[in-house]
Amino acid sequence: MSVIKGQWVQIRRIILSAGERAPSVPEDTKEVPLELRVKGFLLEEKSEVGEMVTVETASGRKVSGRLEAVEPAHKHNFGDYIPELSEAGNELTRWLTGGDNDER
Amino acid sequence: MKDRSYEAVMARRKEIMKATVGVDYDRYELDGVAFDYERLMKDTSYPIASIRRIQSETGVGNTPLIELKNITRLVRSMSKSGYGARIFLKDEATNPSGSFKDRRASISVSRAKELGYKGVIAATSGNYGAAVASQSMKRALKCIVVQECYDSRGKGQPEILEKARACEAYGAEVAQLTVGPELFYYFLLLLEETGYFNASLYTPYAIAGIESLGYEIVEQSNTLIGRNPDYVLATHAGGGNLTGTARGLIKAGADQTKVIGVSVDLSGLHMASNRDFNRKSFTTGHTGFGIPFAVLPDRSDVPRNAARALRYMDRYLLVTQGEVFYVTEMLARLEGLQRGPAGNTSLTAAIALARELPEDKTIVVQETEYTGAGKLPSAQLTFARDNGIEIVRGDPIKMDSPGKRIAIPESYSQIAYKEVNMDDLRRSYIKQLMKQGVTLIDSDFEFLSEELKIPVTKVRELVKEVSDDVDSEK
Repeated sequence: MSVIKGQWVQIRRIILSAGERAPSVPEDTKEVPLELRVKGFLLEEKSEVGEMVTVETASGRKVSGRLEAVEPAHKHNFGDYIPELSEAGNELTRWLTGGDNDER
Repeated sequence: MKDRSYEAVMARRKEIMKATVGVDYDRYELDGVAFDYERLMKDTSYPIASIRRIQSETGVGNTPLIELKNITRLVRSMSKSGYGARIFLKDEATNPSGSFKDRRASISVSRAKELGYKGVIAATSGNYGAAVASQSMKRALKCIVVQECYDSRGKGQPEILEKARACEAYGAEVAQLTVGPELFYYFLLLLEETGYFNASLYTPYAIAGIESLGYEIVEQSNTLIGRNPDYVLATHAGGGNLTGTARGLIKAGADQTKVIGVSVDLSGLHMASNRDFNRKSFTTGHTGFGIPFAVLPDRSDVPRNAARALRYMDRYLLVTQGEVFYVTEMLARLEGLQRGPAGNTSLTAAIALARELPEDKTIVVQETEYTGAGKLPSAQLTFARDNGIEIVRGDPIKMDSPGKRIAIPESYSQIAYKEVNMDDLRRSYIKQLMKQGVTLIDSDFEFLSEELKIPVTKVRELVKEVSDDVDSEK
């Protein structure tokens, strides 16, 4: 996917490679690099996802890394219907509107 | 150009800190292991009247104290006759960015402005990020928030993703890292690169900012019930919430009020593990921070942590993830208050504690936090299920297993707490000192007496026990 100068993108770069991790980290963490993701405005005239680029972040810093996403959306949400939780909520509402002599 | 390797940057940490916090911590060091905590707080912070004035400039504080009458009625329905304490809730979600963290951020950011910094940086995956971002914009400063957000697959914790969204909404830069304590290394690099102020959660300013919370509780409690509360429950992680609130209570004259810390029990999960990172449903307020920060407060990102929980904590209670989700649902269903789950940690323990107390006692739960996408029980439970965690209805005390199973109580009568032995925490604190190879001098015992909230004779007793223990391990 092509991106042009000034578009809002996310880049990713390695801060510490697997071999450079702090001595104190657990084994499963040591096996993977410490990575940074940051968003900013693309400074190159034209780039493709996957290429090395430089961005200007919201605070005005210039950071380089591999272009990972273009105009990324916030996709976290309210979650699915959780029957166990909904059931518990309904029991409480029944207690509230049905008097004190309910379940213990 | 300076050496940017991990070892070189960590070796420069002290000079970077000194340049970016605006506090010369060396001035407060005493002989032995001690430092002058009260003088540090007094010299480098503000009196309570100034704190409140600074906070009022940016709309922070003066949050309502609400009696949870329906929950109290529910508690009484399952208590023996004459029992069931009144529960009040300090609705901190009504602060500008939606949590008590605005109190901490307001003072740090105001200080940064006063000292002439162009921007602030905070290392936080929690509500503090949004708080610093919001306060920075009020004071026309740039802001960078550094988060531990993703595992190695690039899967982000929903709660942390929501906090990143909030920070961006205020115009801050959000630097999102994968799992690992080396976040601190990147944080130091950023401080060096930008010359911004380190809006650490653990400076005297950040802690003093919370004193107004304790102070307001006393004022409001006297207006509402004509006296100080008997108990104040604070969710405990890094220790700042509890420390600042307790200091505020004392400053307002409530020195008899018992201060109880509460955390979500996440024992068994390793906080720096890439694998465990997304197997937890709480990113703060849990034992993974609560215990290490209580027993070794100076592990923080400043030379001396102003958050020192064991100085103020009377009891320490643990609850499970499933119970907090249940109580979050309860708060919405019975009190019409939809608030974020992590902020309801101490409310959960309050419900169990209220059952054991006579009707004329009062409990104040000192916070709530905003809720929304990612920050809801349904969002967290969906994420948990996607990460292989089993979700069941059942007795949390028997069924809960962090990283494996979350048990939503079958009835409100199953809400309970586990009590942590305070002397065990104190022994761990002493053991952490011993592990550094220190030899205690006479004046250290006075310091430890204050640090651990016990008489000097008791300190001597515990030190002896721990020394014998350490010797036998050799």
